[in-house]
Amino acid sequence: MDLTPLDAIVRLIWLAGAVGFVIGLSQMNSPATARTGNLISASGMAMAIGATALYLLVRPGSTFNMTGWIIILVGIAVGGGYGLYSARTVKMTAMPQLVSLFNAVGGGAAALIAIDEYLRHQGTVPGLQENVATVLDIAIGSITFTGSLIASGKLMGLRITPSRPVMIPGGRLVTIVLAVVAIAGAGYLFTGNYNVAVMVAILAASLIFGITLAMPIGGADMPVVISLLNSFTGTAVAMAGFVLNNPVLIIAGALVGASGAILTKLMADAMNRSILNIMIGGFGGGDSTVSSVGAGGPGGSVREVSLDDAAIQLAYASSVIVVPGYGLAVAQAQHACRELADILEHRGVEVRYAIHPVAGRMPGHMNVLLAEANVPYPQLWEMEDINPEFNRCDVALVIGANDVTNPAARRPGSPVSGMPILDVDHAKSIIVMKRSMGRGYAGIDNELYVNPKTGMLFKDAKAGLAELIAAVKGL
Amino acid sequence: MNGDTAVTSMPIDLAFTIFVLAIMCGVAVISKVPATLHTPLMSGANSIHGIVLVGAMIIAVTADNPVSYVISFLAVAFATLNVVGGYVVTDRMLQMFRKRPAAPKAAAPKADKASKAEG
Repeated sequence: MDLTPLDAIVRLIWLAGAVGFVIGLSQMNSPATARTGNLISASGMAMAIGATALYLLVRPGSTFNMTGWIIILVGIAVGGGYGLYSARTVKMTAMPQLVSLFNAVGGGAAALIAIDEYLRHQGTVPGLQENVATVLDIAIGSITFTGSLIASGKLMGLRITPSRPVMIPGGRLVTIVLAVVAIAGAGYLFTGNYNVAVMVAILAASLIFGITLAMPIGGADMPVVISLLNSFTGTAVAMAGFVLNNPVLIIAGALVGASGAILTKLMADAMNRSILNIMIGGFGGGDSTVSSVGAGGPGGSVREVSLDDAAIQLAYASSVIVVPGYGLAVAQAQHACRELADILEHRGVEVRYAIHPVAGRMPGHMNVLLAEANVPYPQLWEMEDINPEFNRCDVALVIGANDVTNPAARRPGSPVSGMPILDVDHAKSIIVMKRSMGRGYAGIDNELYVNPKTGMLFKDAKAGLAELIAAVKGL
Repeated sequence: MNGDTAVTSMPIDLAFTIFVLAIMCGVAVISKVPATLHTPLMSGANSIHGIVLVGAMIIAVTADNPVSYVISFLAVAFATLNVVGGYVVTDRMLQMFRKRPAAPKAAAPKADKASKAEG
């Protein structure tokens, strides 16, 4: 393989870009360095794109393609302009749907490249390697495109894509038919046939499969699906790299594919469900199943705590652990939560936050929401680190979290059995702020609520916190 | 035709070697990221797959018919949305992660100026 000097320079800059991605990702291991890491990654991207532009301009034996360059510039202006606008204006609670949208277009771009490359062969069968990569790129890229768009729509709560699981009639049969079409089509193309219609059939089957994949997913399973689709896009981009013989696409795609796969596994473990189980659609309904107030739980009665009692417990504690759940984010109560923490800290109370891995709608979402409310990150504790601390804490304040605090998970025989939980019941005293006795996503009663140490405060998170702040101030 | 879009052709074994090693590198690096940063991590990884813009640019410049032009325009616009949006939103999230809440906004630039004056 003889490289011209131009080829060599371009490849070295691409390599530098790839190194930037790896360094950028490795800097994400601490909040202190993560922002710099992201800038390093962005610089790597700028270098790779710049080198590509240089190569396309001065490569030997080519004529200047004016239309192509206009298309690039206009495309960058349109895509970049919308990207900049949406990224700057998005609310932090709406982050998951935006990340899903970016994921969708990334997968879509990868699929489009493969489609274009295939059309260019005009009757000649591509080599087997390129053929395989092309078909995989088209299939995975299109599944991600429609799947992520549906996921994004579900997170936005659009009417055509409700956040509750939507079972498609005969869904499994549809999936089998789509798989047969895709596999038979791929087999036909791999055995030395060039056929645009078959390629389009594979494309259509994949686009539909993306929809049937994402529609049955319920709101609380979203972190798993978003991670999985992220992994798919990475793989699709790597396949585009195989189609175009481009190492930087292969490296970047592989990095993202690995990252998405790890997050998918972590999220599925934290939900106590297998990825397959989530895809098929298991227990539970949608986001909120609110039932009547005050219904007695199993094997014990529920004790209500008054606002003043709660305020006194918190104000005179030496250590408080706040357990925020998605209910807190839905009520937009992050700021009120931080304000309460500030007042308590001012009184000399040690305040920490216990964050379950699936709190929120994408991996780590709750941390971002609290960081936005100016909660310093050393106060954000991960589940494994905070669990031993509950023994030593005076009051655990649970706001809008349910299943992830249910002690029933520790023994077999319950839908949440084996799910890693926060050991809230180990605290000396527990206050649960919740609108009603409504069940969580798993659809079962929470044994924490009938614990003699638990006092229930039946209030909406935002209003309840405001009252609690006033009560603590009044002490 | 494909020779036109590739910088230089790469043997499949080499391409596959790069792919596998990059996956292992990704696993090693990403396993160390704390759960606190999983959202920015995913968003940052998301921006990285915007590298597909490189591929979109290559097909745009080597296009020679209307269908190719339309496809490559969509690919360039999609990929740029992915890159720009991804990095900007990741940066926005990461700047919120602070050890202590930031001082009131008015005070921050002043302190900056003061330190410059001293230097």
